[in-house]
This record gives sequence, C-alpha cells and structure tokens, in this order.
Amino acid sequence: MNLLSKQRRLPEAADQHHDPRAPISIHDMTVAYHRRPVLWDIDFAAEEGRLIGIVGPNGAGKSTLIKACLDLIPKASGSIRIYGKPYKKQRQLVGYVPQRESIDWEFPINALDVVTMGTYGKIPWCFPPRKKHRTAAYEALEKVGMAEYAHRQISRLSGGQQQRVFLARALVQDAQLYLMDEPFAGVDAATESAIIALLKDLKARGRTVLVVHHDLQTVKSYFDDVILLNMRIVASGPTATTFTEENLRKTYGGKLTLLVEAAEAIARGGQENR
Amino acid sequence: MIRGPVMLLVLPALVTVGVIATATFGGDELRRVLSLADYNTRIVVLGTTLLGAAAGLIGTFTYLRKRAMVADALAHATLPGIAAAFLIVGQKEIVPLLVGGAIAGTLGVLCVMGLRRIPRIHEDAAIGIVLSVFFGIGLILKSAATQLSMGDQAGLDRFIYGTTAGLIKQDAWLIGMTAVLILLTVLLLFKEFRLLCFDAAYARSLGRRVRVLDLLMMALVVITTVVGLQAVGLILVIALLIIPAAAARFWTDDLATMTWLSVEFGAASGFVGALISGSYANLPAGAVIVICAGVLFFFSMGFAPERGAVFAWWRRYALRRRIGRQHVLRALAEHEERYGNLATLPLARLQQTRSWRASELRTLIYRCRAADELTIDPSDNIRLTPTGRVRAHRLLRNHRLWELYLIRYADVAPTHVDRDADQIEHVLPASITVELERLLAEKQTAIPASPHPMGDVS
Repeated sequence: MNLLSKQRRLPEAADQHHDPRAPISIHDMTVAYHRRPVLWDIDFAAEEGRLIGIVGPNGAGKSTLIKACLDLIPKASGSIRIYGKPYKKQRQLVGYVPQRESIDWEFPINALDVVTMGTYGKIPWCFPPRKKHRTAAYEALEKVGMAEYAHRQISRLSGGQQQRVFLARALVQDAQLYLMDEPFAGVDAATESAIIALLKDLKARGRTVLVVHHDLQTVKSYFDDVILLNMRIVASGPTATTFTEENLRKTYGGKLTLLVEAAEAIARGGQENR
Repeated sequence: MIRGPVMLLVLPALVTVGVIATATFGGDELRRVLSLADYNTRIVVLGTTLLGAAAGLIGTFTYLRKRAMVADALAHATLPGIAAAFLIVGQKEIVPLLVGGAIAGTLGVLCVMGLRRIPRIHEDAAIGIVLSVFFGIGLILKSAATQLSMGDQAGLDRFIYGTTAGLIKQDAWLIGMTAVLILLTVLLLFKEFRLLCFDAAYARSLGRRVRVLDLLMMALVVITTVVGLQAVGLILVIALLIIPAAAARFWTDDLATMTWLSVEFGAASGFVGALISGSYANLPAGAVIVICAGVLFFFSMGFAPERGAVFAWWRRYALRRRIGRQHVLRALAEHEERYGNLATLPLARLQQTRSWRASELRTLIYRCRAADELTIDPSDNIRLTPTGRVRAHRLLRNHRLWELYLIRYADVAPTHVDRDADQIEHVLPASITVELERLLAEKQTAIPASPHPMGDVS
C-alpha cells in the first residue's frame, strides 16, 4: 500500500482523504463489473510531474483503473480527486488515450479530424470547431511527426502512426494529467521512441502521466514511479525501490487466488456458500 | 473518392437514370406517372423522396454508431402501440395511431438498452427478444382490433406492409417536417454525433452526455420510422435507414460527404421507387423503393472507386501483370549478366526460370514488346532493347539492394533472400530505394553482385 496516502488520511469527509495538490488521488476505491469486484481497496496518490507506469498481469484491472479515474465506469465505493476536486469539475485538466482495440478504424475520418476532437471539450455544444482549433490540432500532429498524414483516413495509417494520432489528440487537450491505456501496444520501434520523447517532454513541462504498460523490460528506463496492480495495488512508489523482484513475484505469482475466489463468490451473490 | 461539387449532381443523375429506366420498361400508367401530372402521384413521390432523404440522413449516424439493428427492433415494436391506440381511440385517426406507435417504439428501444446491461445478454440477443416479443403482442392486439371492428379488417395491415399509394397530403407534410427536424439537428450537432459515433468513451471523458445524445439520435429514428410506416411498412423501413448509408460508405472517407451521399441515395431510391411502382398496377411501393436502394448498394459495392470490388480486382490484376513483366525483364538482365550484352535467351529457357504457364508468359512477352522493352525473333529468341535494358538494370539493382539489406539488417539467410526480396521489390517506392542506397552505401549506380549462387537457367 502507498504509505504516503495512508499518512494523509483523516477520519472525516471524503475530501479530507485527498491531497488537493495531487494530480490524482484515489481513496479506498472498489470497482465491480456485474457485481464481480475487479479492483479492491485502491489507495493511491500521484506526485506532480512524474511518469507513472501501471503494470500487472492480464485481467489485473489496469484499464479498469484508468476508466474508473475518468468516470467511464461506476465505482462500487471510494472516491477519486483530480487536484482536489471530482473529475466532473476537472475534465479540462485530464487527457485520455484509449486502448487501440476500442477504436473503429474503418470510421470515415482522417487524422486531423481525430486530433481536432481533442479540442471539443473547449467548444460548446452545437458549435463547429473553428480555424484555431484545427490549427492547434495540426500543430499537435506536427509534434508527433504526423503532419504529412493529416488528411489520411485512419485505417490507412500503420499501427504506430495510428497511436501517434491518438497521442496528438490527447496533447491538443493541453491537460495537466494524462491517462494512457497501453500506448506502446503494437507500435514500431520508431514510434516507441517518439512516444517516450513525448512523455519526457510532458514531464519536463510539469505534466503527470499515468501509463498502462505491458513490457516489464522497459519499466525501469521509462517510468519514475510504478503501480504494481493485480486487483489491488501490490506496491506503488518510485520505480527504483518498488519495481523489485519480490514485488513482481507478488504481482504476477499465484498468491492472489483467494482474492479471485472471493470475487467469484460475490459475483454469485453468495447463494452457493458452502 | 467523391468530393466537391460533383456531389450535387449525384441525385439528379440517379433520378434521370431512374426515369429513363422507368420510361424504357414502363407499364400501363407510365405517361401519367412520369409527367407527375396527377396530384396523388405528386404527393406520393414527394413523400417517399423526403422519407428516403430523412432516413438516409439519420441512418448515416445509426449505421456508424452500429445501432442499425436497434432501429429494426424499434420498427417492429411500433405495432402493439398502433394496435393499442386503435383499440382505445376506436377509429382510424392517423395521429393517435402514430403517437401510439412512437410510444411503443421508444419502449422497445429502452428495453433493448436495458436488456443489454444484463450479463450474458449481448446486443443481438436483446434485439431479437424485443423485436419478436413486441411484434407478437402487436399481432395479438391487431387481431383483437380486427374482431372489434368488422368494417376495416385490413386497416392495420398497411402499417406492416405499407401502402405508398395511400399517402395523403397530411402524411407528406409529416414526413417533410421530420426531414427538416432531422436536418436541423444534424446541422447543429454534427460535431457531437461524429464524436459519439467514433469514440463514445472519449466523448464521455470530455464530458459530453453520451446517453442524452444516444437518446436524441434514437428519438429521431423513432420519428422517422413512425412517419415512414405508412409508406414502406414496419418490416422494410429499416432498409431505408441502413442501405443508403452503407452504400455511401463505399464512395468516401469523409463523414460530411458520406452523410450527404446517403441523403441523395435515400431520396433517389424513394423517388424512383415510387415512380416505378406507380407505373405498374399492384406493385408494392415499399418493396420497390427498397429494391432501388439495394441496386444502389450493390452498384456501390461493385463500382465505387478504390473500395469497389471491380476496382480492387483491377488493381490486383494490374499489379500482378506489372510484377510479371518485371520478372521477365529481370530474368533477361540476369541472363545478360552471365553471357554478356546482346545475348539472346530462348523462350523455353526463360520459362524454366519461373513457374510460368506458357500462355501467361506469351502474354507478358507480348506486353513487354508492345512497350518496346524486348524483341523476339520468329524462332522465339528474346533480346532486350536499349529501353528494356535500362529498366531491367534498375530492377535488378533494386532486387540486389533488397537482398543485401535483408541479409545485413534483417538476418535473412542468403539462401532465402531471393524469394523474400522478390515479394517486396515490386512495391518499393523510390524513397525507400534512396534509403537503401544510403544504408548500404551503394552510391555508384553499379548493380551489386548476387549474394547467392545463381541457378543456371539452361
């Protein structure tokens, strides 16, 4: 468990569990799909200006954690604050890069229009995007080295190029906190180093980035902090001290079978209690 | 790709084709219908055209949101509402019936959305359940209504199958107002609908009320369906929501263009369909309209540039032919490399270099000769022309560069490299060739020697 956030705990109202300076702080959160808990008792507080990797086996709830932070799925209990306020009030501060699989690549849209969507949060309902929004989108595409593909339909881009388009969309939101769901999945080496350069640049500008990550080899070189997740937070903190063999064994080893069984039992509604 | 002012010509072109086709194969009442002189015909054609346009417009977004089949459940779910309204009002007053249909249709959509939240019930199952149960209830209520009022037994059947010829001015007005309402909504919310259809989770993360947008979209579909019931019937109305949008998708990669095309396809189907069914007695208009849309769809699938099947086939064929010709040239260049310039290669030995069928190779050689790349004498000896030699050398050089690259950078075994290089070199853009040269520091234009033993072609 994260010692820092535990020390900050105060017994009263929900807000007092959260440090208003933390880009994101999660208190005692449990998330369930169809009553089956997938995340238990998550406590976490991020420090500003850090690159934070979220690591864990398949089905550990990494994507769920990101989605819960964005209010995309309901929480069974607990609370999340972005700079001390609920997500609803802080949307402008958060940029999101969804998982590749969630995108319909055959949709009739080009790269520039995808990136322009990043500005929609600043445009009221019923108003079309203006020239300045498109310009901002184009500049974001330039930043990820994709300007020459601005008018290409997204299915005609390579996997790495597609990923860079979605990064550009998050960039154009000009957020303080970025949540990225497996941005390195299925990209070529060139894109991977481009993404890393981008993350370093965000960090240099004081942004905080949470990244769901699969490749254990690169965790140490990419991230300042790491969250080891397997239905609960096994360990979190600076990568140097947290990303240890023992913690990894706890995360990936079969030690959590009891927790899985408990979740199954809850999903059955306790009807078959033996 | 279709873009720009050409788009405005699509509808008139389609209508003209339709009118000419109708005039050519037209039936008994042809002249009267074609001239639109008849008041009823005018109303019917206007009504179905507007309905096609409205359905094509909102259909684009339901198609892209992958909700098209929800609209089918919706259409079937209107029947119990219509029958219940008939039982309550007790007469064939159209407005209460349509209101009843709209309420039941909305209920059906909400049921689909609710059922989907239950684990192990996927959307297709939810749609199937709602569609059949609502329609079943509708049939029972309809038979009750028929028994109560002996006078007009077939009264409610027209909502199931549609009776286009029965459209009156009031119906055309309703359809027209629906079309305007949908047009205004789409103009205002184009940005929101695009976002919703493309990436609903992202829309939600931006704070857009996804559920409100979804409900609004489905509400527009409910209205379109209900006003369209009399024209095409509840079984076929789904076609107008899906087919124009699906056909339009073949022609463009731009959402605005696709939306506009879908409207034109829908309108053209409505117009021509009504025209054709009007000029034959007893031809059900709803079915003809849907068939018109279907013809448009299959035409788009076959002949749309880039995506159409014919063009895709042609592209593949042209590529294969180009590769074949390049193989011939390269084989000749390799032959010259071994036996000196101006060496001739007998056709039979050329054929042994690859698994060519004789007829196939003849065609390739004929084409090469037509392009002045080689000559072939009467005893089938082949020789490169100067033009052909330049091209053949370039091809051979690319091939060798690729082989070297694969060996040095991709760790491909020299014995396998020929085949691998073979597959890629034909699609090499010039920029990659330049990059290859840079990597391999092959600045001079000489052809690198083959990295693997050359099979003797004799």
